[in-house]
Amino acid sequence: MLTIEHLSKSFGGVHAVQDVSFTAREGAIHSVIGPNGAGKTTLFNLVSGIYAPTSGRIMLNGEDVAGLAPDALARRGLSRTFQNLQVCMNMTAIDNVMVGAHLRLNQNLFASMLRLPAVRRMDVQCRAEAARLMEFVGVGAYKDADAGQMPYGALKRLEIARALAASPKILLLDEPAAGLNHTETGEIEELIRKIAQSGVTVLLVEHDMKLVMNLSEHILVLDYGKTLAVGTGAEVRANPDVIAAYLGAPA
Amino acid sequence: MKCLQSRHRGLLILALVLAVLPLVLPNAFYVDVAIRIALNAIVVIALNLLIGYTGQISLGHAGFYGLGAYASAALTTHFDWPPLAALAAGALATGLLAWVLARPVLKLKGHTLAMATLGLGIIISIVINNEGRWTGGPDGMSVPAFALAGITIAGETSWYIVAAVLLLLMTWLALNLIDSPVGRALQAIHGSEIAARVAGVDTTRFKVRVFVLSAVVASIAGSISAHYIGFITPGMAGFFHSIELVTMVVVGGMASVFGSIIGAALLTILPQLLQAFEGWEVVVFGVILMGTMIFMPKGLVPSIAQRLRSRRK
Amino acid sequence: MLPQFLQFLYSGMTVGSSYALAALGFTIIYNTSGVINFAQGEFIMLGGMLAAIMAGAGVPMPLAIVGAVVATAVVGLVMEKSVIEPARNAQVVSLIIITIGASLTIRGLVQIWLGKGTHSLAPFSGDTPIVLLGASLLPQSLWVLGVTLAIVGALAWFFGRTLLGKAMLATSHNKLAAQLVGIDTRRVLLLSFGLSALLGAVGGILVAPITYTSYDAGIMLGLKGFVAAVLGGLGGGVGAVAGGLILGIAEAMTAGYISSSYKDAVPFVLILLILFFMPRGLFGAKLSERV
Repeated sequence: MLTIEHLSKSFGGVHAVQDVSFTAREGAIHSVIGPNGAGKTTLFNLVSGIYAPTSGRIMLNGEDVAGLAPDALARRGLSRTFQNLQVCMNMTAIDNVMVGAHLRLNQNLFASMLRLPAVRRMDVQCRAEAARLMEFVGVGAYKDADAGQMPYGALKRLEIARALAASPKILLLDEPAAGLNHTETGEIEELIRKIAQSGVTVLLVEHDMKLVMNLSEHILVLDYGKTLAVGTGAEVRANPDVIAAYLGAPA
Repeated sequence: MKCLQSRHRGLLILALVLAVLPLVLPNAFYVDVAIRIALNAIVVIALNLLIGYTGQISLGHAGFYGLGAYASAALTTHFDWPPLAALAAGALATGLLAWVLARPVLKLKGHTLAMATLGLGIIISIVINNEGRWTGGPDGMSVPAFALAGITIAGETSWYIVAAVLLLLMTWLALNLIDSPVGRALQAIHGSEIAARVAGVDTTRFKVRVFVLSAVVASIAGSISAHYIGFITPGMAGFFHSIELVTMVVVGGMASVFGSIIGAALLTILPQLLQAFEGWEVVVFGVILMGTMIFMPKGLVPSIAQRLRSRRK
Repeated sequence: MLPQFLQFLYSGMTVGSSYALAALGFTIIYNTSGVINFAQGEFIMLGGMLAAIMAGAGVPMPLAIVGAVVATAVVGLVMEKSVIEPARNAQVVSLIIITIGASLTIRGLVQIWLGKGTHSLAPFSGDTPIVLLGASLLPQSLWVLGVTLAIVGALAWFFGRTLLGKAMLATSHNKLAAQLVGIDTRRVLLLSFGLSALLGAVGGILVAPITYTSYDAGIMLGLKGFVAAVLGGLGGGVGAVAGGLILGIAEAMTAGYISSSYKDAVPFVLILLILFFMPRGLFGAKLSERV
């Protein structure tokens, strides 16, 4: 599904990501972990087209998509959420989710201005679908609310709903449990599992080790931009390098 | 306000107000002000799509307005073009100019974008000022009446109908646009450009489109105003007029179509009230700009709407 | 050939210096607050106008100059305290609009109080032109150039050697960090406005003997000063001065060799070109943003 080959990214003298390779299997949940500054978000930004790599390839379904813009990647079925929420506070909650479905909807300026019946029909459908997604992620209560009125935890899930509205084949979640309490983290875990069950490949960056170990089939450990270890949860936990660099106490 | 009811309600109220207004206004002077408000409102609605909804800024939109006005004036006066053709030509030329410049300009953000649009507007007004042969230079030029298929639009009543109909049309189109995938894409660009891109929105293309749209609308409004007023000066394309337009957007309400109409109304009437007090007009404008941004940054209509909503809770 | 070229060069450098001072004012405020102060031009106008009015009313020149500079600096401080500080967390667009509003207010008030007429200031050391290499140079031009250079030097010392100056620089690089080490960033912001107003006023006074001044002299000067600042990269003194001089000379050359009616378009064509092809200006730093 997604294969990263010898990916590197440098910002001037800072080698944020160095020679990282990784394969994500279709329909499975994978995690990227590592201490702060290890390059996890940079890696995500590379895969989601926000940065262009200095070298290396990113193979999405057999196509090298390294350096493509985020909207081009969206067209290829890749979607993501952000570590620091990127919710459009100037819009209603449901509109935020509907933006996620953008690629499937009519983008013609004139058709929109004239409110042609086709546009109207698709909009009604899209709105119903967005409402359904909001229920799915657990924020159905905010269906009629403005994004600005929602609490932090709900906003994180709203972003996931938006990402899902694009019907992605692969979903990148950047620290979905950041800032959430124990209960909320449990709910996010359930949600991520549901998403993977529906056939979406999930790639996760997380600090919450319990979440990572519970969910992931396959883990990539980064340290100082380089691969420290790759393997299943059990393999990674037992790896002395990982323990030394990162895990310390058991989860 | 996203539900169908609310949108139709707003349009209906507007239509009613527009229908009743001429019956209530005492004389032709007031009707003239009403016509000017309507024509300004059309530009302001379009500009608001760019500034309020999409989150960009343009300090040079009067330039596009001026281009339309002078295209109509010059083509009908010097080349005997029929007014509608001149209007169309002006709109096309403005659209083309906006389209060519949009991509590099809209790559910029914040103050650099403001500066680029400012520069553009000023260059246009300098050219209009200098090319006296076509434009009459600093003294301006007169514009023949608007005639279509032998019928000339003359008199306050006819012009009022034209202005009112165009305003209703623009309002309807804008409301439709906002509540559509394109409208949501624009607002998303404002809310979080990166989120919009990740959702698949080609942000550059959309920014260009709304920029060109607002420029073309400004041009058409400029052409019509030129025929209505009958005499135009380079000031129409000048920096202060651009600021006036932005003030109308900002005071009336960013991201609010009806706010734009209110803003246009308030700030078209204001200079009329202050005509006796030279210099004060500028001061009052300045104070309004500062006051609105400090105390009511969202503008009049959204702030009032918000206060009503919170009181209801 | 050469004398004509030199003539344009001299006048370009003279007006360029006033742009440079305006650019410095923009840069200082931008660096401490991220605000583009559209009222900078009005500070320039105020300096010239107030000095001209006072001198015209019989106040001795040195006193008039000092009075005008101080008064303008006060206006800058008042402006910051009353309209910038309340809105300091607003979006860029809002701040731009506020400074535009301030510029309109100042200009309007001057128009009401002092009328629409033009005023002039006596040249500092007479108006007998000096002939240099075949072209004539007004003594006032030497004042403009000389004082500009002195100011640039003084600012370099201020920002490099004094604690206050370094505090201002720190604020410009990272406001939060500056606050965390105990710098009162609000005071820094206030001072930056005062300083920029002061510089603007000085610039206005220096050129008033050459170009006359009136209530609307500030608009174009301010805009062109901003162009000069962007040209120089909105970074530091060197850029601002370079930007100002380049702009002034470009304008003079255009007026001389191409068309004088289009000379005012030069800054804006330049700014479009710069923003399209070199948005970081000539001396601007490379920026990397963290998502």
